[in-house]
Amino acid sequence: MPNTRARRAGRPGPRRHTRRDLVVLGVLLGIPLLLDLALIWGPTLASIGLSFTTWDGIGDIRWAGLKNYDNLFTTYPQFWPAVRHNLLWLGFLGFLAAPFGLLLAVLIDRGVRFSRFYQSTLYMPVVLSLAVVGFIAQLILSRDQGALNAVIGGRNPTDWLGNPGINIWMVLLAACWRHAGYVMILYLAGLKSVDPGLKEAAALDGASERQAFFRVVLPTLRPVNVIVGVITVIESLRAFDIVYAINKGRNGLELLSVLVTDNIIGEAGRIGFGSAIAVVLLLVSLGFIVTYLVQELRGEERR
Amino acid sequence: MSRRTLLRSAALGAGAVALPSLLAACGSGPPGVTMGSNASDAVPKKAFAGAFKAYEKKSKKTVRVNTVNHENFQENINRYLQGTPDDVFMWFAGNRMQYFAQKGLLSDISDLWRGFDGFSAALKKQSTGLDGKQYLVPYYYYPWAVFHRKSVFREKGYDIPRTFDQYRALARQMQKDGIVPFAFGDKDGWPAMGTFDYLNMRANGYDFHIALMRGQKAWNSPQVKQVFDLWRGLMPYHQKGANGRTWQEAAQSLAQKKAGMTVLGLPHPGQQFSTADREDLDFFPFPEIDPAHGQDAVEAPIDGFLMSKKAKDKDGAKDLLTFLATPEAEDVYLASDPNNVAVNSGADTAAYTPLQKKAVQLVSGARQISQFMDRDTRPDFASTVMIQAIQQFLSNPDDIDGLVNDIERQKKQIFSAE
Repeated sequence: MPNTRARRAGRPGPRRHTRRDLVVLGVLLGIPLLLDLALIWGPTLASIGLSFTTWDGIGDIRWAGLKNYDNLFTTYPQFWPAVRHNLLWLGFLGFLAAPFGLLLAVLIDRGVRFSRFYQSTLYMPVVLSLAVVGFIAQLILSRDQGALNAVIGGRNPTDWLGNPGINIWMVLLAACWRHAGYVMILYLAGLKSVDPGLKEAAALDGASERQAFFRVVLPTLRPVNVIVGVITVIESLRAFDIVYAINKGRNGLELLSVLVTDNIIGEAGRIGFGSAIAVVLLLVSLGFIVTYLVQELRGEERR
Repeated sequence: MSRRTLLRSAALGAGAVALPSLLAACGSGPPGVTMGSNASDAVPKKAFAGAFKAYEKKSKKTVRVNTVNHENFQENINRYLQGTPDDVFMWFAGNRMQYFAQKGLLSDISDLWRGFDGFSAALKKQSTGLDGKQYLVPYYYYPWAVFHRKSVFREKGYDIPRTFDQYRALARQMQKDGIVPFAFGDKDGWPAMGTFDYLNMRANGYDFHIALMRGQKAWNSPQVKQVFDLWRGLMPYHQKGANGRTWQEAAQSLAQKKAGMTVLGLPHPGQQFSTADREDLDFFPFPEIDPAHGQDAVEAPIDGFLMSKKAKDKDGAKDLLTFLATPEAEDVYLASDPNNVAVNSGADTAAYTPLQKKAVQLVSGARQISQFMDRDTRPDFASTVMIQAIQQFLSNPDDIDGLVNDIERQKKQIFSAE
């Protein structure tokens, strides 16, 4: 924070905080800090520590070195598919669902007929939890009793959710249904704040509608783009409820978050091994968080 | 009203709502034995309530029941037993009981067992920990078998198969007749384990099966490969898309006569049959594969009650367990849940349905009783390796070598963790 320091240095005055202020500040900052340490940093560090041990949740904690990681990378058949699926979620939501949400927002913003109706319909799934989206997906996609196969008919129904080659795409579509609505609402708010004068100026300069959008409107939406990017990363890394609701994240729907749950929750009690998976998930998230922070801080400097 | 009084009264109001439940959670409620129940489905919940009421009436003591959703109960059992568990709780026999006994989370009830009457030696074995002490009061069991509809077999003139060749021939015939031979759903991950268990026990015998479950035999041995090979041979006769279908949906296709047979436990298919059709449900024991092992082994999971190490009211808990081990306690239960069979030989079988009577015959004629894969092996191995491995086999039955090597590698890792 170079700014504040500069300001303070330029205005050296008498002490501005009374004792009471300090107490209030201490409490207000101290409690969140303690909570942060206890609820976020503590478990995080504990997970990292436990990932180097074997522990079943009841007995002794024994040091295992890198054995959990070795097992994870070499003998656990679900691990690499889970990593691939996590990346697929990221790509699908980032490159398909988010741009689609933008498209919807632009269309509605231009005032197509019944735009209020579209807006509320498209936003509807956002209020549903992903688990509920998963249940709805089952009603539609179940092999024997689902609506889709009933509509298509035919003698060989498609196993939309049981076939490991198909189900991930179906789940991504269902997740996209929700994510696009979410992104649309964010962009709609952003588009409302774009100064119409900019578009007029661009039109006067002879820009086509497309050029005006990509050269003028989109850059002014930069803050929204950043938020959408962050939300997309968060949504795809924490994706869990929908696959868990459908088939407990097995048989083609593996995700890192599911593997953590499988090993730690329940009777399995492979806490050390599950922690190692959690650490991998943490590293992946850190990659995105660091990139984001670096970008933001650079942007701040430029401003 | 000032802002401050408003806030204060709001806080008081919230406290008044939250406090009683907090106190109850601290366990300072009314006296009486507490019972942790995983019987969250309507039928068993009501049946258990009947049994506890009978105890309260007889002993003039109270039983406080804490019912938790069945799946959640299972998922939280580790934390539950290490936290503040109820005095007595419902659980399963076999390895899954022994595991917690070994961890020192259960109370030894060998003294009660000395006074018990009407339990067979096999039952006692399934209630005994690795240290030779008893921990479980068995309550009921249900065998697994091949279920079918009598009317379908009668109409089409099918005979009950006794050998595996006859089983396959029957399946072929059903397919010719336009019926799916085996209704099959494994979306939940465990139902297909029953088929594996039977194929393994029939082909390799009970002792091999149990040794395999205990981690003492190799999964990539020729014996296990043969089991998967036999299963692959049956695959064309199974309902397609098993990984996307629940066992309930599979049982429904049996009820609708779209499928001819299904391998499930006694309580399962009946639930999907209408009351009028339930008479039509029948079963036969899983057919013989190797004459050396015949049809000796029966898969019959036993459910019962355990006393936690941390039980507060130990005497009350033992008193309740003693009652639950009596035939009358089982009679009360089975009167409203006829999908299981009593373990006590003194239980009244007069009111049994023909299916229950047949189940008693099946189990009492068994040389060995297995408890189902997820109860005969380590819970971590069953839930993180075998569920996924079997589902993988179902969607790709051709790569048996790769599959069993995968299982064996993970087995070595998990069983060596101790």
